[in-house]
Parts: sequence; C-alpha cells; structure tokens
Amino acid sequence: MKFTEEHEWLRVEDDLVVVGITEHAAEQLGDLVFVELPEEGRVVVKDEEVVVIESVKAASDIMAPVDGEIVETNDALIDNPSLVNEDATGNGWFFKMKLEDLSVMDDMMDEDAYLKFIS
Amino acid sequence: MTELRKTALHGKHVELGARMVPFAGYEMPVQYPMGVMKEHLHCRAAAGLFDVSHMGQVTLRPRSGDVADAARALERLVPVDVLGLKEGRQRYAMFTDDGGGILDDLMVANRGDHLLLVVNAGCKEADIAHLRAHLTDDCEIEELTDRALIALQGPAAEDALAGLVPQVRAMRFMDVITADTLFGPLWISRSGYTGEDGFEVSVPNAGAVGLTESLLAMDGVEPIGLGARDSLRLEAGLCLYGSDIDRTTTPIEAGLGWAIQKVRRTDGDRAGGFPGADTILEQMQTGAPRTRVGLSPDGRAPMRAGTPLFRDEDQADPIGTITSGAFGPSIERPMSMGYVTPDLAEPGTTLFAEVRGKRLPLKVVDLPFRSATFKR
Repeated sequence: MKFTEEHEWLRVEDDLVVVGITEHAAEQLGDLVFVELPEEGRVVVKDEEVVVIESVKAASDIMAPVDGEIVETNDALIDNPSLVNEDATGNGWFFKMKLEDLSVMDDMMDEDAYLKFIS
Repeated sequence: MTELRKTALHGKHVELGARMVPFAGYEMPVQYPMGVMKEHLHCRAAAGLFDVSHMGQVTLRPRSGDVADAARALERLVPVDVLGLKEGRQRYAMFTDDGGGILDDLMVANRGDHLLLVVNAGCKEADIAHLRAHLTDDCEIEELTDRALIALQGPAAEDALAGLVPQVRAMRFMDVITADTLFGPLWISRSGYTGEDGFEVSVPNAGAVGLTESLLAMDGVEPIGLGARDSLRLEAGLCLYGSDIDRTTTPIEAGLGWAIQKVRRTDGDRAGGFPGADTILEQMQTGAPRTRVGLSPDGRAPMRAGTPLFRDEDQADPIGTITSGAFGPSIERPMSMGYVTPDLAEPGTTLFAEVRGKRLPLKVVDLPFRSATFKR
C-alpha cells in the first residue's frame, strides 16, 4: 500500500488502483455523515477535487492522488458513510482508478514512511 | 495571545482521553474516545455528563435584602417576568440591546435571597459589565469563579443523580434546589440544553472532580463533549448564541417570543421597560422582517452555518441564511436552522441552499427536529 501527504492510501488490485483515506485521517475527521462520490468514467488529474466528505465537524475534499480515470465508486458509502470510520483501508474505500502507468506510485510513501510522516 | 483557561475538570477530561480544543477562551473537551456520534446517541439512550463550567455563574444579591428588588432591577435588562419567578424556580431569558437585538441568552433562578444567572462563556465578561453598569445601585453582582457547572442529561440522569441526591426525584422541569453533599453544597436545577430530561449542577470547584467521578460510576453515565452537545441542542431546536441569535436578531425574529411573558408585553402590568422594547413589542404585534425556521435538507448533505438560502434554483439574491447545520444522529438525517422572510416560513415550503456551487432543495419544517422529554 502507498500513501500520500493528503492522508490517502492507494492499493493496486487487478491493474486498478483503489483509493481511500487513512485510519489516521478518519480519526482526525471524526464520524463521517456524508460522502459525495464522482461519476464513474470521469477522467481526473492529480489534485483535482473528486470526493466531498462531511464529518460531524466539517466538510473536506478528497483529491485525486494521481492522473487517471475513475472506473468504479464505493456506492455503499452513500447510505453508510461510517464505513470509512469503521474500516478505512477496507470497506471504506472511495473509488478505483485506471492509470496509464502504475509507476507513478513508485515515489509515494510506503507504510513506514507514512507512519513517520504523521508521528 | 492569552493563555486558555481551564475548568476544575480539565485534568479529568485529559485522563478520560478527551480531545481538547479552544472554546470561548477555555480549553474544553470536544469529544471523548467514544466519538461525537456515539456520544450523542448515548446521551439520548442513557445519560451524558457535560462540563459546562466555562459558562458564567453570576449572583445578583439585592442590597435591600428583598429578592424582589433584584428581580425588578433585572427586568430593566431582560424582557421576561423575573418578579413573578417563584423561589426555587428557573426561567430562560435574554439580555437585549437598544435596537432589540440579543446581547446574550441566559437562565435566571430565584434562590430565595438572591438571583443566580447562568450566562454564555463567550459573553460573560460583557454581561457582567452590562449588569454592573445598570444594576449596581440595587444589587451586588458577583461572578462565581469558585464553582464548576456540570450538566447531566438523558433518560438515566434522574436515577444517576438520585443515587447521590435522592431529593432530585421530586424535582420538575426548571425547579431549583440546594443539596448538602460530601462534594459541598450543590445548586441543582432540573434543566439543560439537549432536549433531554436532566440536571445542571453547580458544585464548588473542590468537589467537582469527586462529583464527576461519582456520577460517571453510575449506570449509563458517560462523558460527552462539546461536539455532541451541539448536535443535541440543534435536534432540540435550541438556539446557540453567536450562531442562531446575536445582536442582529431580535427575540421575535428568533422565535423566542414565548420567553416574553404577558406581563411584559404591550398592555401587560409591567409592559416594556427593557432595552429595545419599542422594536420588540412592535414586532410582536405586527410581525418581524424575518423569522427563524427549521430546515430539512432533501438529501444527505449537511447544510452548515453561513449557507445562503434562495426561493428557487435561479434566483440571484438570497432570501436568508442558515445559522446552524449538522447531521442529526438521532433523527438520522441532516438538519439546519436559519432565517427566512415571513412569506417563506410556512412548514412545507421548499427552498434552495447553495452548497459547493450547487442549489440543493430543502424544506421548512417545524422545530424541534426531535421532541423534548422534559419532566414537566
């Protein structure tokens, strides 16, 4: 799994990249009450706002961590945003992306580096 | 930057694992490890303990020795019937300014030989200066910095507090008593700001930790932070000073006309005589230019304070603004309050809020979002 400084995680599954937010981020945000997901098929560029989340405290934007196409979204979050708090790196994923070149992830933080980053 | 103040329970909050945040000049617990959502639901299902010691506790002692003189004096600053407030009873009030705006909202209790006011943390210095400027001839005004204030709210609150102070079972909503305990003399009111039955307990600072530990040891009592306090009061349709009410809103616009008893209204025996009476009493008879309403978003997206409201999807100028908004854990949907023009205040009216550049529909609804469970 790879990590960004925006507290997103990326995991390669069947040539696609699954994206979510880290447990640390979910804990800091507090209980999520609303998630607005992008349309499937949308082509996005790195740092474009793709997901809106609202916690009990405030609204935040989730950015695309890399360039690519959104091919699938986790619609279960619409009715049950708390999945993100319960299982941030599992059932709480946000979307899957198709990338032209997976090697763009090579420079991202691994788990050790991310844990150092947040400590 | 001035250092944040700490309540007598600060160390206890830290020990309980609270996340502490600056609030009205104090470092206060916004949530405990349970989290805002579960804390909210717990308070409605069992009992929640809140540290509200940042609020101001102020006594007005009549120089004459007759509490009626303190009541008459206070009536010069608030539009409510203080003189008619019986010993051992409490009432909601607000300080108004000359334009009819609200300087603060507060609770007033008649404690026999004096009045006890509980005012908002963010306003207390201004409130006390206001009281000193206008009431010094009639009252001795003292801020009690040697007392903490704990709210115990929810259906299990009575059983929990009665374990320490059995006489609270006989109290009704807005009753006030004094009880001598090993934590010192407790000043207890059957009130709160969550829409739940419950109590607010003023305790000497020296006894605050002991009282808190004893209450937390009772069945069903958990500590609750400011985060859940906000969603609880909003579900109950209660105003937050600085958000839903302030100097730009009159009690009538805010829908708080019920707090102005008949005796202070036009044709009452003690009509007017408070700051802004002309404006407030006229609005009471002829209507206000805007009114506070409950708002229920159609979708799941919370619509928060500051969000502009529109008559339709295309209208250029807003007809109002949201002043509070959050997700309601008990009603399981988002909820907001805000001000709209009177023609759009009818429950069922569809309006539009502009959220992230999009006009999203919401409906005007009756307040509260969730009915109160007071023991009347």
